Parts: sequence; C-alpha cells; structure tokens
Amino acid sequence: MYPLDWLEERSGLIGATKYFLFRKVPRDTSWFHTLGSATLTAFLVQAITGVILAFYYKPDADSAYESIQAITNDLTLGWLVRGMHRWGASVFVILMFLHMARVFLFGAYKYPRELNWIIGVLLLALGLAEGFTGYLLPWDQTAYWATVVGININATAPFLGPFIAQFLQGGAAIGDDTLSKFYALHMLAIPGALMGLIGLHLYLVMRLGVTSPPWSKEAAGRDRAPVVEPTTNGRSGLTRPGSRGRSNGS
Amino acid sequence: MSQHETEKPHLPPPSLWPLGFAIGIACLLTGLVVSWVAAAVGAVIALVFGFLWIRDVTSAVRVPAVPVEPETRPRAPALGDGAPAPTEGEDGMPLMSEQEIGETYSRSGFLSFTTLGLGAVIGGVITVPVLGFAVLPSFTNQRKQNVELGPLEEFPEGRYVIATYLEDPEIGEVSRRTMFVRNNGLLETAPSFTILFSRCVHLGCPVQPNGPVDADKMKKVGEFNVELTPVQPSGFGCPCHGGQYDTEGNRTAGPPVRALDRAEFSVRDGKLWLGEYYSVGKVEGTGARARIQRYGHASPGVHVDGIESWLYPIEVPG
Repeated sequence: MYPLDWLEERSGLIGATKYFLFRKVPRDTSWFHTLGSATLTAFLVQAITGVILAFYYKPDADSAYESIQAITNDLTLGWLVRGMHRWGASVFVILMFLHMARVFLFGAYKYPRELNWIIGVLLLALGLAEGFTGYLLPWDQTAYWATVVGININATAPFLGPFIAQFLQGGAAIGDDTLSKFYALHMLAIPGALMGLIGLHLYLVMRLGVTSPPWSKEAAGRDRAPVVEPTTNGRSGLTRPGSRGRSNGS
Repeated sequence: MSQHETEKPHLPPPSLWPLGFAIGIACLLTGLVVSWVAAAVGAVIALVFGFLWIRDVTSAVRVPAVPVEPETRPRAPALGDGAPAPTEGEDGMPLMSEQEIGETYSRSGFLSFTTLGLGAVIGGVITVPVLGFAVLPSFTNQRKQNVELGPLEEFPEGRYVIATYLEDPEIGEVSRRTMFVRNNGLLETAPSFTILFSRCVHLGCPVQPNGPVDADKMKKVGEFNVELTPVQPSGFGCPCHGGQYDTEGNRTAGPPVRALDRAEFSVRDGKLWLGEYYSVGKVEGTGARARIQRYGHASPGVHVDGIESWLYPIEVPG
C-alpha cells in the first residue's frame, strides 16, 4: 500500500510496529500475561476521559463543585464520562496491583528484569499519587476531609513531613491554592511522568522479552551459547530441578 | 550485548547478612517508640550487620593493596654551582617533554568539560528560581489570623460557645474555621479566655462537642460571618478515629498526640479578637488558672513534647 510504504521509507515506523506486535513470546503465556496490557488500557481510558473532563471542569474553590454537578447532571453524557473516569481510577489501581502480583509470583522481576521492576514500583507510586490528587477535585465534603487526613498523614513523617504537608496544601491550611496545585499535579506533572515511565517500561519489555510461567517446561528466550555451570546454585525456588536452566545448553 | 554476556548474570552471591541488618533496623524503629535501650541495641545490630554485608558484597572488588616502590628521581643540581640550568636538556628541549606524551588535560577534554559546565550553569540559572517559585510561596507571606468574634456579652462566663467564622472572607466558605470559646472571667484584672481550635490533633478532622448543641440559639455577628452557638459539653470527640478530649483540650482517649491547639486572643473596644494559633503539649489545672505548655503551631499528628518531638526538629515557617 503506497501511503504505508511512504511512511515506512521515511520513518521505519511500520517495521517497528510489526516488530513490536509480532515479536516472539513463550509458547505457554496465558491470560495472566495480559494484566500489564489491561493496566495500560485502563491508563489510556483515564487519560482520554480525563482530558475531556478538563474541557468542562473549573479548578477554582468557588466553582469546582458546581462544575462537577453540571458535568454529572446537566451536560449530555457527562455522567458517563465522569463515571468512567471515577470507576476507571479504581480499576487502574486494582490492575496495577494484580499485574505486580503476577510479576512477583512468576519471578519475572529477576535478572535481567530488575530495572523494569523498579520502574514498575515508580509507576505504582505515581498511580497512587494520581488517585490522591484526583480525589480532592470534586471539592465536596468527602474530598475535602479525606485530603485533610491524607495531607496530615504526610505531615507525621519524621523531619521533612510537616514541610511536605505545607507544600502540598500550598499554605497553612487547605484552600484555593491546594485545589489548583492538586489539579496541576493530577493533570500535568504526574501523567507526564507516568507516560514517560510507561514508555521505558514497554521498551524494556520489548528488549528483554516475556517470561514464561514458572511451570513452563520449555527454555525461554532465544538460543544461547553453552551454559557454563555456575559455581553457586542459581535455580529459583519455583522451578523443579532440571526443568529449566540446566537443560538450556544440552 | 553479545550472546555470551547474557549467560553471566551480574548477581551478588546469596547472603544472610541483610536479614540481620533488617532485624536491626526493625529493632531500632521499635525502640524509638518503646525504649532507648532497644533502639541502641537495634542500631548496634544494624551497624554490625550492615558493615558485614557491605564487606561481603564488596569482597570481589576489594583487592589487597599492592606495595609500591617509593618514587625516586635524580636530585636536581643546586643553583649557582656552575651546572647548566636545570630546565633544559642537552639538546635545548625542555625536560618535561617526556611527560607531555600522556597528556593529563587535553584540549578536547577541556572543551567538553567547559561545554558541560556551561550547560550546568545555564540549567541552574533556569532551574533554581523555578524550583524556588514552586516551593517557597507555600512557606512565605502567610496570612496572620486576625478575626473579630463579637462583643464580650456574647460569651457568658464559664460556658462554651461554638464560634465559626471565615478566616479569609475573600476565599469564602472553604476558609470557615470553628473555635470553642469559654470565658473564664477575670484573672486579677485581665480577661481570660480558653479558645480551643476544633481541628483534631490526630489527623485534622473537625472535633465535635460532646453534648447537645442548641442550634436555635445561633447568632450571627460581625463582618467575618461569625456564627455563635452556646453549648455545654462534657468534652470533645472526633468522629474520624475516635480521639477524645476533656474541656481543657487534654487528650483523654484515642490516637491524638497532644492537647487541642489554641488561639491567642485580645480584647479591643469590648470585642473579642482572635490571634495566632499555637500548639499545646499539656494543660494542668483549669480555666483562668490553667498552666499551658505552649509550642509553635504544629501540624496535626506532630508531637510537640517528649522523645517523639525529636523526629520534628525544625519548625515550619509561615
């Protein structure tokens, strides 16, 4: 097809996309391996619905609550998009934890994927920060007092805690400044960091490949050079002796 | 990465030292709450095991020191004894030329360091003020509270009045604060008031008076949208996590870490004015005769006295 060839010749993007979509994965991957993509999908839903909610939301102490009421009750389909964003936030957090549990239980955080685990932990922290900052934005009693308690929990951290709390609320008490600060963090700073780290996360997944489940009888990955018998016992506790690792080179 | 490299994971050998280190840290943290002895023991355990762990992990890269022969060079002939000038060799070239072969500071190295350094300076000039603007406004030029609560007649002696007001009328209802105000009568000739801030010193929820509130007797006074409601509480309780306080603001039950915060006051033209907040460690005695351990205003949940206050050494400005 001509337009695709034109694009491929100038950017190589078609080849890169094909490489990403048709790369080899272990034969016995299962539904467990879809939790990461599910989390990504949930994030994309949050990003898109969030941008659209920002068309109509007013981050101002006087009008924030009214604008949320208008989105929910007056604007056509506003209830649906706000509902998607609101419930999608919980789905996103739950899926992050399930994905993390899968990676942990499959031992997929081990060499050479340690760095991807660390990036994942940062993504989890940023995801929870999205939840915390987003919770204030409806600007109702629940939002206000939950944020009071959340900020004051930060304040109890030793040494810098009180400073973190005062920075978060933008003064001695929660007010107008807190709302705009949380809105900026929720809309710009944290999503930007999330997107960058997700890109890095996916790059490492592509570079290092997908782990096969611990019960897999097949060696994962590409053909390798003959194994030099390690001096220490390098088997993980989850594999049966001889099922993997040792059988690679023979 | 070559094929062969992937077969040699860069993993440290298994080690039990981190376990002892973790136990030491846990003991230390528990000790901070429980007793100094446990904390000291934990610190010692963590230090010893941490040292052993580091020694274990770095054993592969640490090599025994190689003895080096002391450097010797021919002694330069002393000036003025008729020998040729020491800076030049036999053919007139400087003696240094041999060392210049292995240049320690090359032109390209100088240029890349200059470029990097200049980049760092430019980056700093841009970043530092921007970071300052991101952080400092939260700590500087904070409003000083100065609110009129109404004429003294509204505060009968020995009874609590719930006073709610707008701390900053410009930003509206979000700045509404609640104080529990009790007129203690005169101490000698000076007026005495107990003014408790309603924010729970556990995590900042609104404390409620334990007793019936007569909402019908609510009065509105003054320009700060003040609402005054008389109440006769047996104490104060927090709905969030169950903190309880007596009528002097001392904690009687639950998670709070100190007594309720208070506010300064002044009487001008027969009217009660609220001043700055301050935090209270403990109150001994009651009413006008109460002895109050006063501290600067601290966040809820922050200890102002006792060992735990060492965790919060710097008071937040503003």
